[in-house]
Amino acid sequence: MSEPMSAPRLTALHKTHEEAGATLVDFAGWLMPLRYSSETVEHNAVREAAGLFDLSHMGEIRLTGPQAAEALDYALVGFLSKVKVGRARYTMITAEDGGVLDDLIVYRLGEQEYLVVANAANVPVVASALAERASDFDVEVADESAAYSLIAVQGPRAVEILAPLTDADLDEIRYYAGYEHTVAGVPVLLARTGYTGEDGFEIFVKPADRAPEVWAALMARGSEHGLVPAGLSSRDTLRMEAGMPLYGQELTSELTPFDAGLGRVVKFDKPGDFVGRAALEEASRTARERRLIGLAARGRRPLRKGQDVLRDGTVVGVTSSGAPSPTLGRPIAMAYVDGDLDTSTGTFTVDVRGRGEEVDVVELPFYKRQS
Amino acid sequence: MSVPTELGYTAKHEWIVVEDGIATVGITSFAAESLGDIVYVEAPEVGTEVTAGEPAGEVESTKSVSDVYSPVSGEVVEVNESLEDAPETINSAPFEGGWLFRVRISEEPANLLSAEEYTKLTEGEN
Repeated sequence: MSEPMSAPRLTALHKTHEEAGATLVDFAGWLMPLRYSSETVEHNAVREAAGLFDLSHMGEIRLTGPQAAEALDYALVGFLSKVKVGRARYTMITAEDGGVLDDLIVYRLGEQEYLVVANAANVPVVASALAERASDFDVEVADESAAYSLIAVQGPRAVEILAPLTDADLDEIRYYAGYEHTVAGVPVLLARTGYTGEDGFEIFVKPADRAPEVWAALMARGSEHGLVPAGLSSRDTLRMEAGMPLYGQELTSELTPFDAGLGRVVKFDKPGDFVGRAALEEASRTARERRLIGLAARGRRPLRKGQDVLRDGTVVGVTSSGAPSPTLGRPIAMAYVDGDLDTSTGTFTVDVRGRGEEVDVVELPFYKRQS
Repeated sequence: MSVPTELGYTAKHEWIVVEDGIATVGITSFAAESLGDIVYVEAPEVGTEVTAGEPAGEVESTKSVSDVYSPVSGEVVEVNESLEDAPETINSAPFEGGWLFRVRISEEPANLLSAEEYTKLTEGEN
């Protein structure tokens, strides 16, 4: 049975967004900013300066206890007990059959404490799966999603914008690390993570209702550095250019991490069993039936998800995401094709509502920042 | 949002102005703002016949594809070719440089909304 229809939830920053004139959309049960002005301007600001995102719809699930590490090793595909305190990992949770239930970032907050960050639409599934899988371990699982706001500041100028507002030495916070700090006097978990392909930070604010203070301080400090508020529309094109998967498009319960070309997140070398191990070992041995490739159109007509990919007129795959790429100046798409497909020869087209648009097969990611 | 009073409007957010039997058609600023950044325009070809109330082209934004319905019947005599390289003109000047196509009308357009009526309609949608 599906969930009953109900009014979308509002983040603690809702009033801020309304005052900024945001276009708001219902996304995974939350009313979220789609854009504030032009999504292309917001996209380019993140590439060239910085953007500020409200990501409070994401879920936060805390595991606390002597066996928190072992419980996560069992519940997820990653080797979380090996993660050092203060560091984070990109990982996944799968079903017994190896199908992906969600992709996650897991922060190790202490020897016996982890924070699991899940996609908004999957929070109920992830929280209940974690609770069930942890039941034989000495650990508490708590869905704290409602207690947190999440703000991301992303872009090459994120460091100079954030530095004067925090007690943290940002040079000390490496990529995929996160620690307890303050921003604008508010206690937060400050993490160097993101979903844009740029340097940047994600700021977990608890209690959630202190988010407007953090947001206002960042906007006040950042506007002279080109910081703009950015919505989900630009977030999607930014992550697509960076070749990052989106749950529901590149990742689904029908696919194993190996099908998505992300088998590296599955750690068979960890001790003990974990949910999905047998199916994933099988998936890692058998030739992948599909793999993910990048496509860039020669024309201007946007590619979208769910469109057939053809080589010399024969269907060889389907797009999982597509959009005009502001950075490349041409439409791009990610597509699943047959695993053994030779992409080095032939003419590739995408069927855009009955018309074949010529595309080039290109390496993923479409965009990589100069570091 | 300004809605020019000298134009006629449809409930599907096109505008039209007729001069010497030639109708110029575009989409309104309300439509452009709702769609977001326009990145591609599929205009009808010159010489094709369009029918009032039927799709005559497509406008695509970052996130969506929308049909453009012709407010009038007739033969397409000109399309705005500058939109091919600069579709964003529809966002910046929807009632001027962002016009889509011109039609030699075969009959006078019917059931158009005035600027006032159209404004009332969009306020209802907001």
